[in-house]
Amino acid sequence: MSIHVNIEKKFKGFSLKVKFDTESASTGILGASGSGKSMTLRCIAGIETPDRGEILVNGKTLFDSEKKINLKPQERHVGYLFQNYALFPTMTVYENISCGFRGEKKLRDEKVRDFISRYHLEGLEKRVPSQLSGGQQQRVALARMMIGEPEVILLDEPFSALDGFLKDVLQRDMQDFLQEYQGDMLMVTHSRDEAFRFCRELMLLKEGKTLTFGKTRDLFEQPGLVEAARLTGCKNFSRIEKLGSRYLFALDWGISLRTEKEIPEEASYVAIRGHWIQGRDTDGENCIPFQPAEYVENTFEHQYLVQTPEMDKDTVLWWMRPRNSFRETEERLLPEYLYLPPEHLMLLK
Amino acid sequence: MSEFIQEINWSPLWISLKTGAVATTIAFFLGIWCARKIMKMKPVSRAVLDGILTMPLVLPPTVAGFFLLIIFSLRRPFGKFLLENFDFKIVQTWKGCVVAAAVIAFPLMYRNARAAFEQVDVNLIHAGQTLGMSDRKIFWKVIMPTAAPGIASGTVLAFARAIGEYGATSMLAGNILGKTRTVSVAIAAETAAGNYDVAGFWVVVIVALSFVIVALINIVSGRGMKSRRWI
Repeated sequence: MSIHVNIEKKFKGFSLKVKFDTESASTGILGASGSGKSMTLRCIAGIETPDRGEILVNGKTLFDSEKKINLKPQERHVGYLFQNYALFPTMTVYENISCGFRGEKKLRDEKVRDFISRYHLEGLEKRVPSQLSGGQQQRVALARMMIGEPEVILLDEPFSALDGFLKDVLQRDMQDFLQEYQGDMLMVTHSRDEAFRFCRELMLLKEGKTLTFGKTRDLFEQPGLVEAARLTGCKNFSRIEKLGSRYLFALDWGISLRTEKEIPEEASYVAIRGHWIQGRDTDGENCIPFQPAEYVENTFEHQYLVQTPEMDKDTVLWWMRPRNSFRETEERLLPEYLYLPPEHLMLLK
Repeated sequence: MSEFIQEINWSPLWISLKTGAVATTIAFFLGIWCARKIMKMKPVSRAVLDGILTMPLVLPPTVAGFFLLIIFSLRRPFGKFLLENFDFKIVQTWKGCVVAAAVIAFPLMYRNARAAFEQVDVNLIHAGQTLGMSDRKIFWKVIMPTAAPGIASGTVLAFARAIGEYGATSMLAGNILGKTRTVSVAIAAETAAGNYDVAGFWVVVIVALSFVIVALINIVSGRGMKSRRWI
């Protein structure tokens, strides 16, 4: 079970250069909009043709520019869940699902009925997509994709078109679905939460180029690159001057810090996620005075933008602090200092 | 009045309707075929070919008639070839009416079909491909039904244009009563001969027919009564 992708494609003012090899069954592609995430999926599905490179799924070559292999999308057995589901608007649920069937005709009706019950679509067979809710539409799209028994499935921002509550429900459905699914899954998303939740491995994409590829947890823990850290949601960065093997001075924060890990030779930045910062009432190692410059009120957390006189004037430190209740105000129980735990400091290139 | 009606030779109406039906059928398939081909073309060749295919719509019909005469004239190679090999005579025959009307009606069909195809979400096509559907099946089962309202209104428009064709028809097919005299040709001929009552009668027929056609367009394209009001 593996997906091997190494492709290049040039557009006007944009070029795609993506390379990765999956090992686990669920892989994510995380990137900002316009970074080429969907384009990568489309190349794998055969909807777009790369200029150069090769694409292999489970050892089978789908595309190889040197050997002049370019299978049609129909021959690739790659399932694609489109962002807007792309259900056929003039067909009923039943007809939509039977469009995905491959195999002997006489087995079709039975299998379509089986998939209708498996995806909890009983009673909706005769409806057209516009008469379905968002959740039902996604289930029809999944059933239509899965009935053809694809070797790998590609999910293109599966939750981006949904509102809050429905999103939670569908994410749970999707989790159940993926647990049962035996093949490989590749998901495109711009949400780090979805990436963390659904994908064992992760590729980070920026402006069409692969930044890094690795195990999701490792990438969140030690992204290695500033841009990778930023994509996974980190907001606090500072240039560094190395003072010892585990000791540095953060130039933009104006503070000396001890790190848990040895500082790599090539590291030039230190970073910390706002959620890992702790409040302290006494000064000590890795502590800076708590001087909030701005405050953002969020549903379940307080966000303080901290700026001390020692800090570079364009730099702020984000501190995300969970709330205890909605009535709690920003001034409640403010600490004197902020503590940056050594084990949560990320050293980046 | 009833005497007047009884004396009317109805052949121009039947010829017009027959011509319209056959010409629309030709334009329908040719227009959809061209629109489908052009959707798959690269931008530059697409623009050039689109311009050529749309020409009959913007050219004066007499210019189209002139070209058609040159192509199908029995004294010229192609016209001679058709007559000698297939016993096919276009000039001054009912077939000429059909050819002229089809050429003039074609761009309306083609452009409406193309506009309807452009409205179809390309992801539907891509979805069909990844599901393993053949291109033919995708076209007939997915694209055509989705584009149906636009194609239907294009068909009705093409039919309207075909039954009303005058310029190219009169040049290519002439004005032979019972053979090539369509309603439009009859109106011109009767007016020229001073028979205003007969010409007026045909005008009323055409106006009534046109109204029915416009109503049809609105019904098939789902516009008219149902569409939302501005303001």
